[in-house]
Amino acid sequence: MPSASTSSALPAAAGGLLSARSLACRRGRRLLFKGLDLNLAAGSITWLRGTNGSGKTSLLRMLAGLSAPADGQITLNGPVLYIGHANALKDDLTLGESVAFWAQLAGLDEPRARASRALAALGLANREQAAVRTLSQGQRRRGCLARLALDEAPRTWILDEPFDALDAHSVQVLSGLIEAHAQRGGAVLLTSHQAVVLAGVRELDLEPWRAA
Amino acid sequence: MSNAFVAVVQRDLRLAGRRRIEALLPLGFFVVASGLFPIGVSPEPQTLQTIAPGVVWVCALLAAMLSVTQMFTSDHQDGSLEQMLLAPQPLILLALGKVAAHWITSGLPLVVAAPLIGVMFDMNADAIGMMVLTLLMGTPILSLLGAVGGALTLGLRSGAALVFLLVLPLTIPALIFGTGAVGAINGGQSAQAHLSLLGALLIVTLLGAPLATAAALRISMD
Repeated sequence: MPSASTSSALPAAAGGLLSARSLACRRGRRLLFKGLDLNLAAGSITWLRGTNGSGKTSLLRMLAGLSAPADGQITLNGPVLYIGHANALKDDLTLGESVAFWAQLAGLDEPRARASRALAALGLANREQAAVRTLSQGQRRRGCLARLALDEAPRTWILDEPFDALDAHSVQVLSGLIEAHAQRGGAVLLTSHQAVVLAGVRELDLEPWRAA
Repeated sequence: MSNAFVAVVQRDLRLAGRRRIEALLPLGFFVVASGLFPIGVSPEPQTLQTIAPGVVWVCALLAAMLSVTQMFTSDHQDGSLEQMLLAPQPLILLALGKVAAHWITSGLPLVVAAPLIGVMFDMNADAIGMMVLTLLMGTPILSLLGAVGGALTLGLRSGAALVFLLVLPLTIPALIFGTGAVGAINGGQSAQAHLSLLGALLIVTLLGAPLATAAALRISMD
């Protein structure tokens, strides 16, 4: 199995799919981290690490464009696909309808066909017509992650705890998707409390930038 | 018509179709609340005709407010809203799609049910027609303004109560022109001025509210 190379800093460099310089994050009155530089190059997989409350999710949300940094600059060279803690699935829709909706919103053609293929890639072909409310937590997570298989554009994937609730086989499937995406020239930034075993993965530890 | 707008409308209509009781709640409130007035105030036809426009409009307004508080709540809770914010489509279009779906499921049924309430209040055919027309023009305003309030109070405790406090004062002009138009018809006058003002209000709200809603959603999600 490939192992992760550890680094406490990923230098900010031009030409990445996503780069950030001197980022600071504040939540309420509390400064979580400051002075963070990072660059997500095409083909890279980065595992963002940090203790609970260190600002991992806040950083991912900032990079995705959901919140503004307290300081610093983020440069995006291309679209971002963000998957957060919540699965963004509707209990009253079927899994196929839910995924097709996101394909439609992403401006992809043939959303239903794409949704079917994506769900099959995540091993959910037989649950496509099932109402989301009838699915287990793991199946919901896989249904959410099916968005990763909707197209093959080499964009930046920002994934917040994508391995949560997944069984061993699903972890393998997701790892395969992430590695294939990096090989296509995409960039992946993810958090995980489980050990991440992915080819060429780099670690980014938030601790050095934590504010006192 | 934007693909994203259509997608949001279709999805919300499908969801409403699968949550029928929730979707029919505003209509039920409208019919029941309006129906209480003849019992509680007076069954005299003359009295009922006089109070009918105000009663119908106030009940429609409150019925619309019942559901606007939930316009974005479900999407916020399940993570759909943050995905909408990140969609490559303009957020204004998505907000407009949410409003359109809300109006179709909450406002349009009130318009359709209004003649029934008119008959209950012994209104004449012209007055009923005018009431339907004013509700047709006015209920989209309620949905548009409600969307702004719903977006501003997203994630707040007691958000639903705040929506009432924020939005109800803004709906007063629509209430005045809506009831005024029906009152004018009852008094044998032209309702043109009221309709023009209500129409202008609809246009202004249609142009401004989606922008404000989109901005409020971004602020609420930050």
